[in-house]
Parts: sequence; C-alpha cells; structure tokens
Amino acid sequence: MLKKLTSAAVALTMTTGLSGPAFAEAHSELEGTLRIISDMSNPAPRAVMEGMAAEFDAMHPNLTVELDIVDREAWKSQIRNALSANPPDVVNWYAANRMEPYVDSGLFMDITDWWDAGDYEGLESVKGAMTMDGKQWGIPYTYYQWGVYYREDIFNELGLEEPETFEQEIANCQAILDSGRKCYTIGTKFLWTAGGWFDYLNMRTNGFDHHMALARGELSWTEDEGVRQTFENWRTLIDMGAFIDDHQTYSWQEALPFMVNGEAAAYLMGNFVVPQLRDAGLGDDQIDFYQFPAINPDVAMGEDAPTDTFHVASGAQNVEAAREFLKYVTSAEVQTEINGPDGLGQLPVNANASVADDEFIQQGFTMLSENATGGIAQFFDRDFPAEMASIGMEGLQEFMVFPDNLDDILARLESARERIYE
Amino acid sequence: MTIATDPETQGWFQRNRMIITPLMFLLPGVLFFAIYVIIPIFQSFYISTYEWNGLGDLSEQGEFVGLDNYRELMTDRAFEVSLWNNVKWLALYLLAIPGGLFIALFLNQTIVGIRLYKSLFFFPFVISQVVVGLVFSWFYLPREGLLNGFLGLFGAGPVNVLGDPTLATYGIIAAGLWPQTAYCMILYLTGLNAVDPEQIEAARLDGARGRRMLWHVILPQLRPATFIAFVVTIIGALRSFDLISIMTNGGPFGSTRVLSFYMFEKALSEYGFRMGYGSAIAVILFLIMLVFIGYFLWSMWRDERDARR
Repeated sequence: MLKKLTSAAVALTMTTGLSGPAFAEAHSELEGTLRIISDMSNPAPRAVMEGMAAEFDAMHPNLTVELDIVDREAWKSQIRNALSANPPDVVNWYAANRMEPYVDSGLFMDITDWWDAGDYEGLESVKGAMTMDGKQWGIPYTYYQWGVYYREDIFNELGLEEPETFEQEIANCQAILDSGRKCYTIGTKFLWTAGGWFDYLNMRTNGFDHHMALARGELSWTEDEGVRQTFENWRTLIDMGAFIDDHQTYSWQEALPFMVNGEAAAYLMGNFVVPQLRDAGLGDDQIDFYQFPAINPDVAMGEDAPTDTFHVASGAQNVEAAREFLKYVTSAEVQTEINGPDGLGQLPVNANASVADDEFIQQGFTMLSENATGGIAQFFDRDFPAEMASIGMEGLQEFMVFPDNLDDILARLESARERIYE
Repeated sequence: MTIATDPETQGWFQRNRMIITPLMFLLPGVLFFAIYVIIPIFQSFYISTYEWNGLGDLSEQGEFVGLDNYRELMTDRAFEVSLWNNVKWLALYLLAIPGGLFIALFLNQTIVGIRLYKSLFFFPFVISQVVVGLVFSWFYLPREGLLNGFLGLFGAGPVNVLGDPTLATYGIIAAGLWPQTAYCMILYLTGLNAVDPEQIEAARLDGARGRRMLWHVILPQLRPATFIAFVVTIIGALRSFDLISIMTNGGPFGSTRVLSFYMFEKALSEYGFRMGYGSAIAVILFLIMLVFIGYFLWSMWRDERDARR
C-alpha cells in the first residue's frame, strides 16, 4: 500500500498551522526522494504522519517525500525485511532495548553526530532512551504516560478517594469488590498488559534501579528477595479477586467493556486508552486518572512512559533529507502540533513544546515531570531484551491465573535469563 | 505412427522429442520446486547450526554453534509441550476421516435438494480458516459464548475452553475438525460415485447388508479416497497454524503451541530473533513429516507398480 505524496495532496492533508515557507527558505537545497516507512496506521496517527510528510514535501520544492504506511502490528515483524533489502531512509520504531537487534546488526544509522551538532534542542531529557553503547540511534517523536484510569462515578458512589499508598489501594479495592464489581479490568491474551502490572509493582516495591538491573539481567529471578516481594504484593491483589475473571482470553480492547459497563472500576493502561473510553460513551466526568500508588515509601516513584521513535536506516539513500526530516519532527512547533488534541493526543518530546490542554495529558505531564523522580522506564517489552520479554510476560500471565505456580515460573525465567544474557 | 519418415532425415530434436518434450514440461515445476522447497530444506539444516538473529548476513552476523540448538531443544519445555500438542493434533484430527465418511454415506442418496445439503455440509471447508477460528473463539467466549449458554441450560459450566491450558488445544482441534470433516466428506462423496453398483448388487444377493456391506464391499472400493483423506488430514494436522494464531495466539502461557507456531514465534514473530533455533524446530518438524511423506510416497509407488503388472 504505497501512498505517494505530491504537492497536490498537500492542500488536503495540511492540518498544521505552521508557516512552511519560513522553513523552506533555509533548506530548500534538498533534492531527490525521501522514502519513509511509518507504522502510524491508526486513524489519528495516520493523519498526523500524512500531514507531516505533506508539509515537509511542501517546504522543500525539489524534494519528493514518498510515504508508505504499514499496519502497526504487522510492522513489528516486517521491519527486518524492510531494513535488509533496499531500505527506506526513515522508519518508525520504539526506544530502548527494542532497538537492540537493529543496532547490533548495523541496520540503524548512528546519528550521534547530529545529536552532538545540536539538531535536537530541547530533547536532552529523552536522549537516554535513544542511547545504546554510548551512541544515539534515532529520535523520539511522542511518548505517553501509564497509570490507573478509573471510573470516577463509581469512586464517588462508593465514597472513595484516589489512593496514594498500597494500603489505601487495597482498602479501595475491597470496597469495590464488596459493591459487586471487580477492581481492575485487564486482557492478557497478548501478554504485554501483564508486563505493565509487573513494571509498576516492581518499581514501587523495589525501585526503578532494581527494575532496570533486572531488565539488564543483573539480578536473579529466583534468588532476589525483592522480586519475591513484588510477586507477594501482586498475589495480595490476585487472592482478593481484584482482577476480572478469564482475562487470559481477552485482548486489551476486549477487556474495555468491563470498565465501560461498570463491572470493573479501573484499568492500568497507557494514555491511548482514553480515546477508546470516550468513544465507548464515557464522559470526562466518568473517567479519571491517578498515579500508581506508592508501595515501599523508601523508593522514589518510577514511571512507564513508552516512547515511539524515528530512525534512519543505515542503507539510507538520502541521508541529508533524512537528517532534516528528523530535525523537523523534533522541533518545538511540530511537536506541539502533532501531539496536540487534534493529533496524537500525547506528550511532546521537546521541552520547549507546549502540552495539550487535555485533562489526561496535563495530569500525565505533571506526573512525569514532578513525581517520577525514580526514573522513567519504557515498558516491560522495551526494557527487557526481546526473548526475555516474551518468556517473561508469558510467565507473568501464568502467575496471574495460577499464582501457585510461582516457583516453577521463576525457575523458568531464571534459566532463560542465564541463557539470554550469558 | 504411420507418418513417421526415415529417421536419418529428421533433426536431432525431432528424433529425441519423446524425451525432450516431457522434460521441457517438467522443467518449470522442477525449477520452482527446487528453489522454493528443496534448497530451503537444506538451508534450514545449515542455519540450524548457527546462532543468528536473521538480520544482516549469516556469514558475518551468525555464529556457528554446531548442534547446540538441538541440545537446547532437548531441555526446552515449551518445545516438549509443542511436540505433544502436535501428537494430539495428529491423533484427533484423524477423526475427520470417519466423520467425513459417515456424512458422505448419509448424503449419498437421491432426494429433493440433496445438492443444497451437500453444499451446506461442504461450506465450512470453503470459508477461510481465519473465519473458522474467529467463529469458534466467539462460540467459546467465557460469558457471552453460545457454548456456555448451552451448557447453562443444563446447569453446567461455565467453562473457559480457550483460557484453560488443559482444554484449549482440544478446543482448537474441534474447530479444525469442522472444515476438515467437510473436506473428507467431499473426498468420500466422489469416491462413492465410483463404487461399482454390480458389486453391491452381487453382495446383496449374497445376503450382505448394513455393517458387513460397508466393511467388506464399500470400504475396499473407497480405498483410494481413504488414502487421500489420510494424506491431507495428516499434513493438515502437522501444519496447523492459523487457527492457533487466531484463537489463542499460542496461549494461555504457551499451552496451545505446536511446532510450526513455536518455530514462527522463535524466529519470525515480534520478539523472535533466533533464526538458528527456529530452523532447528523446523528441521524436527520436517523429519516428523518425512516419516509420513515417505510412507505415502512408498505406498503410492507400490500401488502403481501393482497396477502396471
């Protein structure tokens, strides 16, 4: 599905209020074709990507932008073929360890020089997520917070407050259970949702540094007391019956109706859940958000905030245009625009960009900038190496269904760890 | 051939056309078979001795590990589960053959609208496996599913078939049996057309009826259909993939994986970067298939030899 954009299409897709020509004067020497493969295939992201490509095309009269949008899920396995033979110039991917196979195989271009040259002013705080082996391999373009999205009306009905400690969380949950509802909806068929719960429980129990050490394979799954404690805390919730039944059968979308129908009160999820809840008919007076409560008061709060990225393929033909495009995407104006309420509805990566005036984006921004002093993680399947993530999340799902199998699960994860990290 | 003239005056091509023509016809098929089947089989053997993430060049990025991948398979519990699931698939999928035979016998009569009934029974084989998988996963849904509604009428259940590691594989096989039975049915229906009415007449005069008639007169004549039904069912069982991918995605906790799915997961999926390990699984699957394929080829060769005598 090739989507070629010529300047004729520009008028249609231009949604940004930027003055393109202002840019064009300085950089109009770019020529040839810039080939982009993007995974922004959902309706809103697609419009954003098409808008960016069209505007960039218009800014550079001698340059043709060729945009190819691939289904987001399909791209996860297609990227390796796309990068191997006749690679495009720019591709979408994810930050942190998800980059590893492509960095190791030399398929992503090392763009440390561009970072050093000051191309990405205002992105200092997100540089770490793009760094591997001390070099930078791409640029982020958006990120979003995770947290507990809950039914405000149910909380009001039961007279509950947003919890700040695990004790309060459990007390709330008990009240919710007593009212005949489940505390949390979740769908673990595709496993990663269970990874979110583990991330938070482990970061709250043992802290961000412990979590990252575990991700790097430095801690034993069986020997480490902290890991056991995390599962212990998780088990408290499981034994209460806090999670919906049969969650192993549902995808994360299929678990949404439980919250929408009021059978479950909350959902630990990324901010992308908000449009889904709104589309399902919940008003903003019915949904609200709180930060995952503290468990161990001695550790600072760490947060998951997955970052989506652009990379230059090492076989790129038009490197100059690619560099200019990356600079364009990360500029404060474009960041404000594409992450705004009419665009992705997420957080801009540029510190000089302004954050959209939306209840959830604002809360997320405040949380990440003021109360995530422990550190910011990407997500279970982005921080752990691919194979460890896959085996790990499978174990987490099993634990949520059969908590008694914990010893067996941990032994399996430990033997996987010993092999994978060597 | 009366038009044949003096061989001395014919060109080389003319003289050898009886050999060359079939060779020319075979060439495209042989070529594609070699490129897409034979050579990849040997490549899989080769890659399975490497640790390689599938990106970049095998000779540069890959690391030769000998038989390590196979050694690891021996201790890999997920592999063991997949292998056992393959055995379950093989054994239970064969139920499609008697099932298909039964329906074919039942439909092999001349009444008004029989063509419609036949096409309705054949219908599940026509629709895509993906659709079959979706329909059955809705059928099994823990709360809204038809199955639990039905069980509820008798006060039983609810069961979450696809969420229960002990039941999930059987649930998927049941879904697979639906189209496969239809396939076997159509094979038997065509076979029944070829049954010799005179033999049936003769058997009837000799007093054979019911089960004896079926076993001693009809079934022997259906032998070619049974053979084809065995071949397609066994191959179908071993390459089951789409239903698993749609219905459970290998879960819960990997309990419904089969070898082909596990290979895909390890080598090609979102988190799979182990081409060598995936190839080793593929090789094992190939060897299992080889047993059956070898048997099929041998028995076809034997039949042809007997027929030529």
